[in-house]
Amino acid sequence: MLIVACIKQVPDTTQVKIDPVTNTLVREGIPFIMNPYDTHAMEAALQLKDQFGCRVAVLSMGPPNAEATLRKALSAGVDRAILLSDRVFGGADTLATSKVLATAIAKLNDEVEPVGLVICGKQTIDGDTAQVGPGIAVRLGYQQLTLVDKVEELDLTNKKLVVSRKLEGRHERVQAPLPAMLTVVRELNRPRYPTVPMRLAAATAEVEVWDNNVLQLDPQTIGLKGSPTWVSKIFSPERDKGEIVGDGYADPEGTVDLLLGKLMEKDLLPL
Amino acid sequence: MTPTPTIFAPLFIAATALFIWSCWKRLSLTALGRPDNRLDNIGQRIGDTLSYAFAQKRVLAKPSGLIHVAIFWCFLVLMVANTEFILHGLFPGLTFTKLPDGIFMPLMQMIDVVSLITLLAVIAAAIRRAVSPPYPEARTFEAFFILFLIATLMLANFGVNAAKISRMQGSTLTLAESIMPISSWFAPYIPSGAGKLVHDLSWWTHALVLLLFMNLLPLSKHFHIITAIPNVFLRRRDNPPLPEREEFNAGNSFGINQVDGYTWKELLDSFSCTECGRCQMACPADQTRKPLNPRGVIGQLKHNLMANGPLLKEGKAATTPLIGEGDASISEEAIWSCTTCGACLQACPVFIEQMPKLIPLRRHLVEMESRFPEELLNLFENMEGRSNPWGIAPTERGKWATQLGERPYEPGRTEYLFYVGCAGSFDARAKQISVATALLLDKAGVSWGMLGKDEKCCGDSLRRLGNEYVFDKLAKENVALFKERGIKKVIVQCPHCLTTLKNDYKQYGIELEVIHHSQLLLHLVQDGRLKLPKQADLGKLVYHDSCYLGRHNGIYDEPREALALATGTEPLEMPRNREDGFCCGAGGGRMWMEEFTGDRINLVRAAEALEQQPDTICTACPYCLTMLDDGIKDLRADKVQVKDIAEIMAEAVLR
Ligand SMILES: Cc1cc2nc3c(=O)[nH]c(=O)nc-3n(C[C@H](O)[C@H](O)[C@@H](O)COP(=O)(O)OP(=O)(O)OC[C@H]3O[C@@H](n4cnc5c(N)ncnc54)[C@H](O)[C@@H]3O)c2cc1C
Ligand code: SF4
Ligand code: SF4
Ligand code: SF4
Repeated sequence: MLIVACIKQVPDTTQVKIDPVTNTLVREGIPFIMNPYDTHAMEAALQLKDQFGCRVAVLSMGPPNAEATLRKALSAGVDRAILLSDRVFGGADTLATSKVLATAIAKLNDEVEPVGLVICGKQTIDGDTAQVGPGIAVRLGYQQLTLVDKVEELDLTNKKLVVSRKLEGRHERVQAPLPAMLTVVRELNRPRYPTVPMRLAAATAEVEVWDNNVLQLDPQTIGLKGSPTWVSKIFSPERDKGEIVGDGYADPEGTVDLLLGKLMEKDLLPL
Repeated sequence: MTPTPTIFAPLFIAATALFIWSCWKRLSLTALGRPDNRLDNIGQRIGDTLSYAFAQKRVLAKPSGLIHVAIFWCFLVLMVANTEFILHGLFPGLTFTKLPDGIFMPLMQMIDVVSLITLLAVIAAAIRRAVSPPYPEARTFEAFFILFLIATLMLANFGVNAAKISRMQGSTLTLAESIMPISSWFAPYIPSGAGKLVHDLSWWTHALVLLLFMNLLPLSKHFHIITAIPNVFLRRRDNPPLPEREEFNAGNSFGINQVDGYTWKELLDSFSCTECGRCQMACPADQTRKPLNPRGVIGQLKHNLMANGPLLKEGKAATTPLIGEGDASISEEAIWSCTTCGACLQACPVFIEQMPKLIPLRRHLVEMESRFPEELLNLFENMEGRSNPWGIAPTERGKWATQLGERPYEPGRTEYLFYVGCAGSFDARAKQISVATALLLDKAGVSWGMLGKDEKCCGDSLRRLGNEYVFDKLAKENVALFKERGIKKVIVQCPHCLTTLKNDYKQYGIELEVIHHSQLLLHLVQDGRLKLPKQADLGKLVYHDSCYLGRHNGIYDEPREALALATGTEPLEMPRNREDGFCCGAGGGRMWMEEFTGDRINLVRAAEALEQQPDTICTACPYCLTMLDDGIKDLRADKVQVKDIAEIMAEAVLR
């Protein structure tokens, strides 16, 4: 059985800056990382590999430089790392993204090895929509189990699994037949730290690149052209400049009084 | 039974053969170690051997060392006496009486007196071990038995001589009494007619105990009688001891998890330990009841070598794990407990290298097995991703200095790089040290600049924690940047940055002139560039030695002098100060780890500082500051302030 983990390369910052003119992300000088939730998705796949001996492939749709993130996946121990990269995939919304990913998964399923599980992060830290995982599940007709914080059981002979879902204020235990798509939260596991020999091996291992010649999708249905969502304006809300109140080291008590006074003045203290 | 070569010679030959075999069995195992050249600087090595092995400088650092020095020097004299004893036993004609009187008489006198001193010293040693042992587990049967054997040898020697004297008369008696004054005391107690019996009995006791003693040496901690002097001669001469660099090529393995990964000298260390426990008593981990005991580590290494060495020699696989539980393995918790404070290295009278043996074990755990305390995962990822321990965006690095205006380091125009370090850049409290330092530098008109967002962590914690792979990346990037900007002179305010930039980076081909702010500030005052218009009034002030400033880099006096100038009085000292300073608990990457076992090191040190009833505790390291500040808060001594030396100088200069 093949487990596919979907990983996205995202800019490493919670303060994504938007270029006001082009309405796109400012990428200058910001390092890229694997979307934090996806590290947990990949770890979940690797733990099942350790336990059941399944094989793990990671997929990422993105520009050529996303290769670095796929190498990181290789250093963690995945068997295959595939980068879905083509100009025509660019500018995709969640609909078009899930189409490309689902097509690649179907291809692996048909040509390589039956896919039993697709594991995605709960959401990304840049797009934040949490739609891609469910999109893939719907396209492939897989069961979808979102917000998983524990894989309780995986039964390969009877092709089913039991997971715990983390909902607001409660947990839900759900059983589903395979194949299934999971989206996972951080509580699920602690991602492994790659060993140095694995890192060195990953540095020269192959990251496969699939372009649209491989996937053979109609260019009208993918990328910018296949994306019904148009982002009309993105902006970071302006935040008022703060103010430094007093000198807490020289006069801690006075400063606290000053601060309390200010907060009360603005009616920010529930009295 | 009259002493006769027919019986003694075969006994002697058998005992000597057994002795040589035991020594060989052990010492030949050191050949399993990796090569390491310890024969450089012969002149200095000879000097060290004279002052540390023969003059026993480090042994004398503790009052009880006096007993050891007495026994050591007596042993050197008694070696001569015992050589005669053996020669005489093998060839009855060979005795000291053949020597000219001018040598014979004083020699006999000396041996007689030295035997008494030895006897007294051995008794003192036994009493001391019984009443106040260096560490509780030091009251071993072995230790007392060896002392008993030495005492027996001395008494038997007196017995032999006294028996001879008891049978003498007239002028021979007078002569004998004058050259063997101590033995003569015993002579009258020998009943007439029993002289020969006592002589023969004493002689054989002496002979047998001597051969037994010799054979016990290699089997016990007393092997050090043979190995300690070479061990001192072969000591590491670099201070601080730098970890080796690693080559990150596919196919290599990293760190050590089998005893033959150590160098031959590191293996020899394990046979040289005297089990004196001085390292243990100085070790902050052991003293706060963590499972790390540097003496224990050396013992475990010896047992591991004895268990696996013979197998490895035959090309078989080792059976006892080096990292693990049991008395022939070093436990993971011990490995992670080390603060790399270097107190063990400083304390060991025979220059055993305890702490440097732990780092490669950490490397193995981190780099090969990815097994380390949970808290370190974040640290490692933050270091790699954002080149600082907290994982704060690198663009925030220079922000502490916003109010000082742009202060870039400009190649060719700026004299000093102020390498602020991660704590000074991101930690709210430590940022105040950065500001104080910067203001003082400005006041003195020093030309300085920073790297701002291009500054990266020096990598100290990574290296001490065994994450050499990420350290190596950071070090290479930093060195490349320093070279590109032509940086030669660096000011630091963190001893961990100091040691890494100054010492570790030498391995990366850069020799920086790195100066700690406490040194530079003193020089600026001494040169008249910083005026002290008033004295900082901080009440009673006690100074805490940072291990990385002190033991690792020998900076003890400058901070104290600077404080004396700034406050008008010498700072108070804690009982453990300077070379004997006690770590705050943050070194070796422990800053980023939880402390679950035993007492918290920072509380122990903070309590020691509070015993001096200070108003201010002065540190010269941002980590020390955090640790002691937390410590005094936990001890509810909030009235006491913890301040960095730069802040204290600023009180005197700027206020
Ligand atoms: C600021 C901003 C706002 C946007 N707003 C919208 C919008 O309103 N509507 C819209 O349709 N699009 C929007 N987009 C575009 C959209 O976010 C991405 O183009 C889409 O490809 C992925 O959606 P996501 O990042 O929200 O992923 P999510 O749906 O949040 O991701 C869930 C999981 O899907 C997987 N995954 C997601 N993307 C990939 C990938 N490229 N490769 C592999 N696995 C992946 C990962 O496992 C991930 O954890 C926006 C993008 C940005 C930067
Ligand atoms: S370096 Fe310090 S903490 Fe580590 S073993 Fe030596 S004395 Fe103990
Ligand atoms: S390692 Fe050195 S200091 Fe520690 S017990 Fe052995 S001889 Fe003493
Ligand atoms: S933080 Fe300070 S005392 Fe503690 S190890 Fe470092 S230098 Fe030593």
